[in-house]
Amino acid sequence: MLYSAFSERPKHLDPARSYSSNEVEFTGQIYEPPLQYHFLKRPYTLIPLTAEAVPRPRYVDAAGNALPDDAPAAAIAESVYEIRIRPGIRYQPHPAFARDAAGRYRYHALTASEVAGKTRIGDFEHTGTRELVAADYVYQIKRLAHPRLGSPIYGLMSEHIVGLKALGDALEKAARAGPDAVLDLDDFPLAGAEVVDRHTYRIRIKGKYPQFIYWLAMPFFAPIPWEAEVFYAQPGMADRNLTLDWQPVGTGPFYLAENDPNRRMVLKKNPYFHGETYPTEGSDEDRQVGLLADAGKPLPLVDEAVFSLEKETIPYWSKFLQGYYDSSGISSDSFDQAVQFSAGGDPQLTDSMREQDIHLITAVAASIWYVGFNMLDPVVGGLGEDRRKLRQALSIAFDYDEFISIFLNGRGIPAQGPIPPGLFGYVEGAAGLNPYVYEARDGNIRRRPIDTAKKLLAEAGYPNGRNAKTGEPLVLYFDTMASGPDAKSRLDWMKKQLDKLNVQLVVRGTDYNRFQDKIRKGNAQLFEWGWNADYPDPENFFFLLYGPHKKVGTGGENAANYDSAEFNVLFERMKDMDNGPARQQVIDAMLEIVRRDAPWIFAYYPKSFGLRHGWLENVKPNLMANNTLKYRRIDPALREARRAEWNKPVLWPIVLLVGGLVAVIAPAVIAWRQREKKTA
Amino acid sequence: MLAYILRRLLYAIPILIGVNLLTFALFFVVNTPDDMARLQLGVKHVTPEAIERWKIEHGYDKPLLLNAGAKGSAQFTDTIFFKHSAAMFAFEFGKGDDGRDIGNEIRTRMSPSLAIALPVFVIGLLVNITFALLMVFFRATYLDLWGVVLCVVLMSISGLFYIIAGQYFIAKLWNLLPISGFAGGIDGLRFILLPVLVSVVAGLGSGARWYRTIFLEEIGKDYVRTARAKGLSEIRVLFRHVLKNGMIPILTGAVVVLPLLFMGSLITESFFGIPGLGSYTIDAIQAQDFAVVRAMVFLGSFLYIVGLILTDISYSWVDPRVRLQ
Repeated sequence: MLYSAFSERPKHLDPARSYSSNEVEFTGQIYEPPLQYHFLKRPYTLIPLTAEAVPRPRYVDAAGNALPDDAPAAAIAESVYEIRIRPGIRYQPHPAFARDAAGRYRYHALTASEVAGKTRIGDFEHTGTRELVAADYVYQIKRLAHPRLGSPIYGLMSEHIVGLKALGDALEKAARAGPDAVLDLDDFPLAGAEVVDRHTYRIRIKGKYPQFIYWLAMPFFAPIPWEAEVFYAQPGMADRNLTLDWQPVGTGPFYLAENDPNRRMVLKKNPYFHGETYPTEGSDEDRQVGLLADAGKPLPLVDEAVFSLEKETIPYWSKFLQGYYDSSGISSDSFDQAVQFSAGGDPQLTDSMREQDIHLITAVAASIWYVGFNMLDPVVGGLGEDRRKLRQALSIAFDYDEFISIFLNGRGIPAQGPIPPGLFGYVEGAAGLNPYVYEARDGNIRRRPIDTAKKLLAEAGYPNGRNAKTGEPLVLYFDTMASGPDAKSRLDWMKKQLDKLNVQLVVRGTDYNRFQDKIRKGNAQLFEWGWNADYPDPENFFFLLYGPHKKVGTGGENAANYDSAEFNVLFERMKDMDNGPARQQVIDAMLEIVRRDAPWIFAYYPKSFGLRHGWLENVKPNLMANNTLKYRRIDPALREARRAEWNKPVLWPIVLLVGGLVAVIAPAVIAWRQREKKTA
Repeated sequence: MLAYILRRLLYAIPILIGVNLLTFALFFVVNTPDDMARLQLGVKHVTPEAIERWKIEHGYDKPLLLNAGAKGSAQFTDTIFFKHSAAMFAFEFGKGDDGRDIGNEIRTRMSPSLAIALPVFVIGLLVNITFALLMVFFRATYLDLWGVVLCVVLMSISGLFYIIAGQYFIAKLWNLLPISGFAGGIDGLRFILLPVLVSVVAGLGSGARWYRTIFLEEIGKDYVRTARAKGLSEIRVLFRHVLKNGMIPILTGAVVVLPLLFMGSLITESFFGIPGLGSYTIDAIQAQDFAVVRAMVFLGSFLYIVGLILTDISYSWVDPRVRLQ
């Protein structure tokens, strides 16, 4: 049994809706999309999960004629993915599949009174299972367009999957016509997803969209059995929170045996899980640290995982140290207790952690934090040479190396561009530095001196921080959601950075809603923002700077409203290319443009630090995979021994307390007796 | 008596409508339905169409208070306020923005809240009264002086400190009780002990000082002098006569909070991992889930009104001079 914690209860467990990491932590173990990421291989590699092979797209032109793999993107009308799933995969036990002796579904025609006594799935006496079929995948793709589900990727996918938008419109019309009616998705065809045979289905994508393959590794594209929808749609079910959004039905290694998100959620081994085994391939380093010790063993390696709700970091941390949780993150409160830095700047565990056989796990997240310039702003925006130099000067002045050291306890890497490490296109070392902000000196990468920034500022028309024409000081506005004492020191730091250039920074604090509104309307000047990768492809970061995705006007993800014609052309080329030297060349050109134009101050790539006890094995950070629970192994005997050793009750405080109470009460009793005698 | 209670309950209706309206106004001053939709849909890949769909699906696509486009009573009934508030008077709370039934959540979470709040209330009341009576018994001695000093010290410390100190010393350092968690049935007792202990100690300073003041006021009255003149012991005077006559102000504070015990404690539940209504409310505020916030404010207001009625009734029981008309 594995013990873990979650700090925020998941909102959605329906794979069409769940997107947050705290939701995917559960759905990733229960649902199985056709593909998954290899647990050990880096760079991140897609491998089959329920599919027989990773599908390769087949391209066709507008007339439906087959095109070669290297056909130009403009000639491709559709990309066709044909996915064959392995036969014999079965769903977890669930009452939706239960049948009586005559073969009829036991629980598909329940009345409200029959549901009355049921509060959880375990209250249904009978369960059943059935084989996973291709139709279940197609059914789920249709669900992405269901207006009552509100899938967060419907908007994006309707741009790519043939016919999904039309299906969404038809479903919306039907939902309005019958607000209480259950929509049977089988009555609504979807041109872009069809069943080929029992174990094969086909997805048609508009044009060329190579990144689609990564979506096939997310729970959005996991199968949903129609029986589950029919089961949960019965009267009285939703009133008892018996919904697919709350009680998942999947084929994965675990099923949700207990769902009390107010207290704990328990995943148990799916007795019908298909025979997946622990990976046998990995790097030499993986082998050395024992990550291949379980190679070839059947998964999952734990029978049960208990996730308890821990909203506060202090009890969570204490329980981890007591051995009641097998792994933990490190909050800023406990960072100094857990981690120290060597003379070379490498993070190391403190002695007390090492004594407890606790191990440190670090990984650079596939994320970036940046300070964005609103490119529509008359002061900092625009692609003119003077504005570029102003932004470059500010990029040098904001010393994020110092920021990482002061505010992140070293948990970050200064960013050199939009692409974080671990993704194709990122270049390590001096070759990958941002030459407008950094330089290679004495074999080290160093931020350019502040004098360079001052020179650039003067060339931009603000010598010594004043407008050369009017003599007025340059005042910039920074919009932020941050507030409170912690944020104050950060904001003071930001002001201090611009003080170096004699530029004034005015902080405009606001709440989340107002901040979003300002960004949407383009009313901000400077703002802080971040992005987590959806998939390990540079397109997922460059698209944040693609002109047609501007926030203002289109509502896209380009919050800086950067729109460079030469960048846009390169982006359109790069996104359709396969990884290789040609793509790297285009990426390098794109990096040069965004570094020169500096629509963002590339702040840092966050580094995640985690801890695990010595009894928890097979932990390797995989920032793309969300189904890694099946690889974990526990040594329960060692855990029990450590818990007993660490948590021996200390009884002397009770003795002391009783003694103290006696010491206080005794004189009181004596005084009372004396008073009584006196009265008498 | 029955007529009085009915009258008070009828008075409650405009109060509850007012509370509802105020909650509605305050909530929508800082949030728009679009904001709510964005928060629910997340920050990635959110399109204007997705926001519109969410609003339609959750009934936030109508005007807030007045539908100028409608005719007749529909001007008031075809609004977000009416659609989301009218059913509450029948205790139909509807669904939260996450699609889960609020009534079901309230029923589920009430017991954990009560499991903590009820023992804290009962034990706290007993401990506070006993401590206050002891200070009164030893009034004008060093025990009284140090008792008051202790009360002031206890009052001056933040509630959060008791929680953190309790968890650190009792649970982490001495391993006497679990740090946090919850379980149903008898197994849950070990999880309840620490939050109850911490809450009782945290409330001791203010409670005992207040009750001491009440008892000191009573102890100077004629009936106490008479009781002493009859030769009753000081203990008997205090615990029989003074306590009984001091019950009216004690009831004022105690009975009114009795129904609110269902609502739980925001901080205690959060730190000790108690899945009660307090943490439910906090979560809803953070998630901008108007349906849940509105339901919890409505429930809190209703229970407060019930508490006030119960206080009035209890007055008439403990003091025969009080008549409810």
